[in-house]
Amino acid sequence: MEEIQRMTNQEPQSQLTIELISDIDQKIHSTGPFLRDLRGIYTLWLRDVIRLWRDRIRLVGSFIQPLLFLFVLGGGLRGRVVPQGSGTNYQIFIFPGIVLMSILFTSSFAGMAVVWDREMGFLKEVLVAPISRTAVVVGKILGGASNSLIQGIFLLALAPFLKIYPSFGQIFFMLGVMLIVSLSQTAMGIALSARMSSSQGFMVLMNFIVLPIYFLSGAMFPLNQLPTWLSVLSQMDPLTYGVDLMRGILLGTFYYSVYRDIFIIMFFGLLMLYISVRQFQKD
Amino acid sequence: MIHVSDLRKEYIQKGQKITAVNSISFDVQKGEFFSLLGPNGAGKTTTISILSTILSPTSGNVLINGIDVRKDPHGIRQHIGVIFQDPSLDDRLSAQENMDFHGRLYGMSPVDRLRRSELLLKMVDLWDRRSSLIRTFSGGMKRRLEIARGLMHRPLLLILDEPTIGLDPKSRRDIWHYIHEARREWSMTILLTTHYLEEADGADRVAIMSKGKIVALDHPANLKASLGPSLVTIEFPPESLESLKTTLNMLYGISRFSLESESLLRFPMPVNVSSPAVFLQSLPPVLTGFSIGTATLDDVFISLTGDDGSIDNR
Repeated sequence: MEEIQRMTNQEPQSQLTIELISDIDQKIHSTGPFLRDLRGIYTLWLRDVIRLWRDRIRLVGSFIQPLLFLFVLGGGLRGRVVPQGSGTNYQIFIFPGIVLMSILFTSSFAGMAVVWDREMGFLKEVLVAPISRTAVVVGKILGGASNSLIQGIFLLALAPFLKIYPSFGQIFFMLGVMLIVSLSQTAMGIALSARMSSSQGFMVLMNFIVLPIYFLSGAMFPLNQLPTWLSVLSQMDPLTYGVDLMRGILLGTFYYSVYRDIFIIMFFGLLMLYISVRQFQKD
Repeated sequence: MIHVSDLRKEYIQKGQKITAVNSISFDVQKGEFFSLLGPNGAGKTTTISILSTILSPTSGNVLINGIDVRKDPHGIRQHIGVIFQDPSLDDRLSAQENMDFHGRLYGMSPVDRLRRSELLLKMVDLWDRRSSLIRTFSGGMKRRLEIARGLMHRPLLLILDEPTIGLDPKSRRDIWHYIHEARREWSMTILLTTHYLEEADGADRVAIMSKGKIVALDHPANLKASLGPSLVTIEFPPESLESLKTTLNMLYGISRFSLESESLLRFPMPVNVSSPAVFLQSLPPVLTGFSIGTATLDDVFISLTGDDGSIDNR
């Protein structure tokens, strides 16, 4: 935004520069498809970031839900519920899950943005531009994931209020998990948006998918001694392994093995990326 | 510039095969202004969707600037500008930002983007509103901005799908003014779809589409000339319709009318009458109105597609 502002204030160009521009133009137009796509990805990402910045009210509003969970539900149950085997209180126990919850909800919103783009017609402008469908999808995923990663980081910064003081190492690894979860959940949202033309329809679909993913992930309860049906469903939920990693890094106790967690969230992310690219290629 | 041969596009809708475009062929020269004219559902939008690489053809060949749309769609997109029937702007961004994003997507340098957007925003009279968000713009302003944006990357081919639909006459005139101005600047080829017949009138050549086929393709003047030098319109009380038709058929062999209602007939002036006065005298004295005019594209259109003239949005 500032860049554009700064550019508009420049002086008009002389005739000489105009000649130079057409030279530069030739060079740019003759760059390969790879660079063209990289530029397209950057452009789409930039647009999402500008729009997020412009929509600061939405940004602030989206913190309300995780904060309610963390301080009202977490605060209320803090002294009453003791998660078995975690060696900590309930509020701290759910904290890693709350961070991923905000990432999950914001990420799936990226799919909504694609549906809006389609409703508004802007998607057509992107689809006739000289960049590949893969670049369009990757650009949208990076834009949406940046969005949700920023949210996650803001929530993570609340840790000191809960008397959690993670080390730099812990923060580093948690950011890694948050990045992978942001990317894979955004990719999922975008894959689902490929065939949707109405935002209402998409909203209903997301409720069917996002809420179960969240509730089954063990973000709000420990995974041991669950009824069998719940345990089975929870193991099928990719977010379970992200929550387990986050909690393990922060509190030191993993329910599954670290390698299994990492493998599953990486695999799910790549699968979703593949599906979303494929979905848009068919369009 | 454009080479289309034997192009077909089929859809499957509710288990039924629908042929939207049925084996059409045409060529457009570089710098030409070519227009596709036809009622809704004639296959115009499908045709240009294929040309702008949004849809892929079922069969047939489409070359743009010598490039096959199936082989290198990205290579083609660099050279075409598309102005869609429906708005395609980001309404949360400003006019300048929409222009800038377009420039970025087409790989323009920062200086070039700036220079071009200033030039074009001034051309469409939106320079003063360059920092306003699109959601505050009127329909006409949005359309003007889309024209400017479509011209941003100096396309060799500009595709316009019903560009002036729903606009007031002044905005329509302005938009055509901008397009022609841009055309003078560099030899841009224009492909227009429209159902405003007077807009197609300005084209170098017009292809009239009906039910997925091209039913006529020629210069607008030639299309009009094919209907004869002039058209006669007569008005009369409804009860005289049959007797007038009989007389016209007996005296001049006229049995097809380019416009017909219970109190109005329009047909080409017979070539074997010496003057309109003579012709008028030969008809029964029941007429309440009589006029002679040159054929319009409307008349051509109606005589070719058999449409009753109720092409919508007119």
